[in-house]
Amino acid sequence: MSQTTQNNLMDACCAQCTHCVATPCARYIECRSNGPLCHTDAACTARLEAARRVALHEQAQPIVFFGAGTCGLAGGMSEIIPALHEQLAEKGIEITLKEVGCFGLCHREPMMDVKLPGRPRVCFDAVDVKKAKEIIERYIINDDLPADYSMGYINSADAKTDSPEFKALTNLYDMPLLAKQPRNVLQNCGIIDPNSLPEYVARGGYIALTKALNAGDNGKLVINEVDASGLRGRGGGGFPTARKWSMARAQERKPKYLVCNADEGDPGAFMDRSVLEGDPHRVIEGMMLAALAIGADHGYIYCRAEYPLAIKRLEHSIAVLESIGLLGDNILGSGFSFHMKLKKGAGAFVCGEETALLASIEGKRGMPKVRPPYPVQSGLWGQPTCINNVETFANVPSIVANGGAWFASVGTAKSKGTKVFALTGKIAKGGLVEVPMGMTLREVIFEVGGGILDARPFKAVQIGGPSGGCIPEHLLDTPVDYDNLIQVGAMMGSGGMVVMDDQTCMVDLARFFMEFIRNESCGKCIPCREGTTRMLEILERIVRPYSDEDPTATIQRFKSITALEQLAPVIKDTALCGLGMTAPNPVLATLRYFRDEYEAHVYERKCPAGACRSLLTFTIDAEKCVGCTMCAKNCPANCISGTVKKPHVINNDACLHCGVCLDTCRFGAVVAE
Amino acid sequence: MSTTSCNCADDKIQEIMAEYTAGRRETLIPILQDVQALFGYLPEESLAIIAKYIGVSTSKVFGVATFYNQFRLRPVGKHTVRVCRGTACHVRGSKLLLDAFAGELNVQPGETTPDGQFTLETVACIGACSIAPVVMIDESFHGSVQSRNVKTILKEYKD
Repeated sequence: MSQTTQNNLMDACCAQCTHCVATPCARYIECRSNGPLCHTDAACTARLEAARRVALHEQAQPIVFFGAGTCGLAGGMSEIIPALHEQLAEKGIEITLKEVGCFGLCHREPMMDVKLPGRPRVCFDAVDVKKAKEIIERYIINDDLPADYSMGYINSADAKTDSPEFKALTNLYDMPLLAKQPRNVLQNCGIIDPNSLPEYVARGGYIALTKALNAGDNGKLVINEVDASGLRGRGGGGFPTARKWSMARAQERKPKYLVCNADEGDPGAFMDRSVLEGDPHRVIEGMMLAALAIGADHGYIYCRAEYPLAIKRLEHSIAVLESIGLLGDNILGSGFSFHMKLKKGAGAFVCGEETALLASIEGKRGMPKVRPPYPVQSGLWGQPTCINNVETFANVPSIVANGGAWFASVGTAKSKGTKVFALTGKIAKGGLVEVPMGMTLREVIFEVGGGILDARPFKAVQIGGPSGGCIPEHLLDTPVDYDNLIQVGAMMGSGGMVVMDDQTCMVDLARFFMEFIRNESCGKCIPCREGTTRMLEILERIVRPYSDEDPTATIQRFKSITALEQLAPVIKDTALCGLGMTAPNPVLATLRYFRDEYEAHVYERKCPAGACRSLLTFTIDAEKCVGCTMCAKNCPANCISGTVKKPHVINNDACLHCGVCLDTCRFGAVVAE
Repeated sequence: MSTTSCNCADDKIQEIMAEYTAGRRETLIPILQDVQALFGYLPEESLAIIAKYIGVSTSKVFGVATFYNQFRLRPVGKHTVRVCRGTACHVRGSKLLLDAFAGELNVQPGETTPDGQFTLETVACIGACSIAPVVMIDESFHGSVQSRNVKTILKEYKD
């Protein structure tokens, strides 16, 4: 969709440039970012300079940026884009339209930015077709900035912000939400066109690769810098990246494989998706550096099939890199060869586990294997294989370019750098955030995330997906890093952070995760296959309505907490893979801090949060009921009676506890207790 | 509803398989994905054809096809309703929403209505958590859906 500029930064400046796939030039990338280097020619300098300015969005034509990540498209951008195309064609104005990835402000989507020449880039949030057309009309055609629609601006090197209209606007990076985020992984997300290699290169892209290749030490430099940075795996476990790479490097058998785990299956987590959609080249460059470091010549990206846009953008980027010789044999004349393939997942949560992922790439059922041997020794087709997560790779280019010490200056003693989190649930300003390790949960939720939705009381935050845990209010000052989170019974996981208010029931949450794990258990080992099913049964017994319970079931219900506590450690100790071993975590974590809620369910048959509808009794407040008959019409059990314009009554004996009456009543007359 | 019979479909499956090297196990999932993209599901006969091409037994192919959530062995309805069951959607009430869709369509998740209009499915997480609870019908997203909107939303798609 982005219009191809005639002046592509990656093209040769003149016939003197000899770089092509067959005759690669070691200084190709440096030349594009700071060239021409091999000859002096005013025309070439001017041409490259102009191309760089276009790539940096400092061009002479207005640019409209669309937030076209999945969340933006879902929020309505998919309707706005064609409408604007139509409007522009009608008016015959020449504007560059660019689709960008997710900026992370999901609560403000759909977002649209406009950059006029010599001005900062102005961001408009929560746009719709009408508003978008009005913005084009007012700002681009009539040069009248609709400040009331704007949430701020992003500065640009070619722009001045001292005019009164910009003084009145905020710089986006000064907003509390963004000021606390030293963005590294996300620095280009939502800013650049993810399909454009020039835009990545103009911002320092592939310089790290050039540096590592030119060092001529077979990637020793990469390992040293990553070691100095203290980077730990961002996929959950937190294993030191440099140590994993050194082990892979030490393997002598060839071929070696490098795998990028982009099978982000945790419900409520979408960090990797946003990075792949918004800045795919960062991940690819990180993989190339890793491949150089470990001596791999083949790489796979295993991406969820549920992420079609990420897949499309990765495929495009790989094809572009192959066409100019940045992927393939003898990259930049260094003798280093790397071939990359994209593998689509087929919808199995367990494939996030590394041995299951490898089985899936091999075309088998995604079932984990017993470790050791670890994939580093015997992975894909029995060959040495190194697996890292998307975000781990995305951190590497800046580490190599700026040095490990630069990265290590942020974070805590044992957890360095920044971490991307998907902040969701009952949060006021949900979205994607990148915060320094060691920031407290309170700061992340209340300062960066703007607190709880509708200013309700905070109850807990769930971190780390199904294998993680829930952290209650009194532990909100826990710093977010690998070790502190484990101490409080959660884990870093991939970075989903689901915030919950007083209306969320912890027993229900445990049941939700347990159902998810039960469904996704691959079935290979008994503790996970049978254990999670039994745990789910126990949890379902806890919330089953009182009316259909026989005496045996009552005794079982009374024993349920003890039964859960007995079963959990057995699964933990005996399951085969990481997912199985952490399968009881949702129950253990909620029991640890919210035992009183379990007891209220079991012994008092009450749900303090009012979320478990099966335990609620529904009545109609005769004073509020206007007799609209909506509840009676929608009741699946036909247990609501009454005449039109007269208060209705619910027959509790026949009630299914579905709560449809509560949802349908527009007068707040249905009371649930 | 796609009711392509397998005699004429055989050529198409051959065409898909020709893009992959024969006898390579790692091409199994991509081939199944392509075949499903064409038919909307995996016709029973196709499994044997693919197994022969790859050089594994049909039971292995069946094993893979039933292991992954993506693959279906039955034709789907004209429209696919996918209710997101991610954590963020759950916290914002997607279970009730799923029940509402199941009730309105009178099918359980994974099933297709007898008239072949709708298939109801759940999805682990679409990643559009900021507009939770989310329902995806075919290619379009519906955000912040309430149980009471279910009828109106489905009406848009009914013939």
